[in-house]
Amino acid sequence: MGIWLLRRLGQIIPTLLILSVLIFGLQQLMPGDPALILAGEERGDPVVLAQIRAELFLDRPLPEQYLRWISRVVQGDFGFSWRIREPVAALILTKLPVTFQLAVMAFLIAVVIGVPAGIVSAVRRDTPVDWAVNGMALFGISTPNFWLGIMMILLFSVELGWLPPSGYVPLTEDPWQSLATTIMPAFVLGSGIAGVLMRHTRAAMLGALGQDYVRTARAKGLGERAVVVKHALRNALIPVVTLGTIEFGRLLAGAVLTEQIFTIPGFGKLIVDAVFNRDYPVVQGVVMATALIFVTLSLVADVLYMAVNPRLRTA
Amino acid sequence: MMLEVRDLAVTFATERGPLRAVDRVSFSVAAGKTLAVVGESGCGKSVTALAIMGLLPPAARVSGSIRLQEREMATLTPEEWRGRRGRELAMVFQEPMTSLNPAFTAGEQVAEVLRLHEGMGDAAAFKAAIALLDRVRIPEAARRARQYPHQLSGGMRQRVMIAMALACKPRLLIADEPTTALDVTVQAQILALLDELKRETGTAIVLITHDLGVVADHADDVVVMYAGRVAERAKAATLFARPEHPYTVGLLGAAPRIEGGAGRLASIEGTVPDLLKPPEGCRFAPRCPFRAADCARQPPLAEVAPGHASACWRAPLDQVLAA
Repeated sequence: MGIWLLRRLGQIIPTLLILSVLIFGLQQLMPGDPALILAGEERGDPVVLAQIRAELFLDRPLPEQYLRWISRVVQGDFGFSWRIREPVAALILTKLPVTFQLAVMAFLIAVVIGVPAGIVSAVRRDTPVDWAVNGMALFGISTPNFWLGIMMILLFSVELGWLPPSGYVPLTEDPWQSLATTIMPAFVLGSGIAGVLMRHTRAAMLGALGQDYVRTARAKGLGERAVVVKHALRNALIPVVTLGTIEFGRLLAGAVLTEQIFTIPGFGKLIVDAVFNRDYPVVQGVVMATALIFVTLSLVADVLYMAVNPRLRTA
Repeated sequence: MMLEVRDLAVTFATERGPLRAVDRVSFSVAAGKTLAVVGESGCGKSVTALAIMGLLPPAARVSGSIRLQEREMATLTPEEWRGRRGRELAMVFQEPMTSLNPAFTAGEQVAEVLRLHEGMGDAAAFKAAIALLDRVRIPEAARRARQYPHQLSGGMRQRVMIAMALACKPRLLIADEPTTALDVTVQAQILALLDELKRETGTAIVLITHDLGVVADHADDVVVMYAGRVAERAKAATLFARPEHPYTVGLLGAAPRIEGGAGRLASIEGTVPDLLKPPEGCRFAPRCPFRAADCARQPPLAEVAPGHASACWRAPLDQVLAA
């Protein structure tokens, strides 16, 4: 287990390096010249443009530009935003708590709805309850987030006036108001994941409930609740835990559309703004941070998989 | 009698119509005795076992009487039945590889029964579980109790299943092909263990098997089932010495014999009938070498000698066999 973990950790560094090349390379394919955007009013002046390019090393060959960037990144320095002249790391750190709060809330909503719904629909398979739950899951999966978001704003903000339609208040400032500003986007994000979790939980539970050990549990005289919750669910959760961790990673990468609709200043909004402004250091920094989160969470998923599956833990 | 089953019938609703998997089956087992239920796959022996345990799916229609120690089980509510399962009646299944839960240790799975039915605490139950594992001859029981099923061999897993079944000293133990999935040497050990535990505890055993060698060595009484019905019922020794149903004669012929020398396997012509469209009258008639016109009517299960019943118009078979 120790050696496995070390080897698995060792894989992270090359993964991130390859990713950094990809990010840097793909970004060059974006149309538009950052110097032109940064020059603003003076975009007609070749001297100013040349000066900006020299300052940002945009006149150097691409490999050199890459090495200048990556050699600092490995020291933890993501550089400065070209547009707002702030350290990229600081920008990321201010947006991370926002996205993190949204992700945790969305994930909790998804788990609290999705897993029990999956269990119930598996136990009540082929009954109206099962059909209803499946219909809801399909709705959750297939409803576009932007549409659901707009509809929720129309209902809860415009019609009923219960919740603020947009904006964000940090948790540390006013917890109650903070929840009010994030509950709708969290539900929008969570509903889709709830559907996915429900479908997977249902399939895994159906598989587990058909196993011989479930019959053994009944033969012991265990009640249906213990059979389902202890014996079947314990095994059914093994694949669901992995899926859940990956979905959580996707939430942490930010939700571009949902954050735009609710004007939540998270990762999604940060990267969209950066792309529109050709603010390369910010784009690179955010994508690298996201990649790091994702790689870390897939490692967490593997560790959790081992933890819940004795066949791997003690092999 | 420890267990008395009378006119047990089980019907499943299928897409192609009702399927009567068990049809008016009756037998009984005394304390400390082993009754073998023998037959080919699909003859209804496992369904009979699950019916006694109350483990059939809710869609199955069950009729007839199942009495455990003179108490009628068929009228129990599901909850009352559940309370007896694992305590008064227990079951060991065919597949030791898949019958244990892979997510829990062997000791925990045995301890669970004790916590449930004996109200033991965690520590006491686990200690008792180790003692039970030791009793079913699992070496280093304390270490094995902390291992997961995948770390145990097939024979050892079946011992864990037996320990689990015997944890509450049940009156009745149903063993459904307990050794079919195991090596021959392990088979013999497991069956010897069951015999020993039966002698010590006075548990009645219903042993479901298709292996006549097992029946000869371990059963006191035998019920031969064919296509959901009882073909013949007798003392084990009587059945082997004087089979009174052509199907039993066929089975005995089909049982592999080592002393025969040639080692050739006799087999019964034909196949088991489709229970959705069972043949009129005697269900074995289409495969029977002795069939005659009267076989179009179902023969009753009638005594040919005290304690020896056969459902065949030709019984006793002395004359037909001599011919």
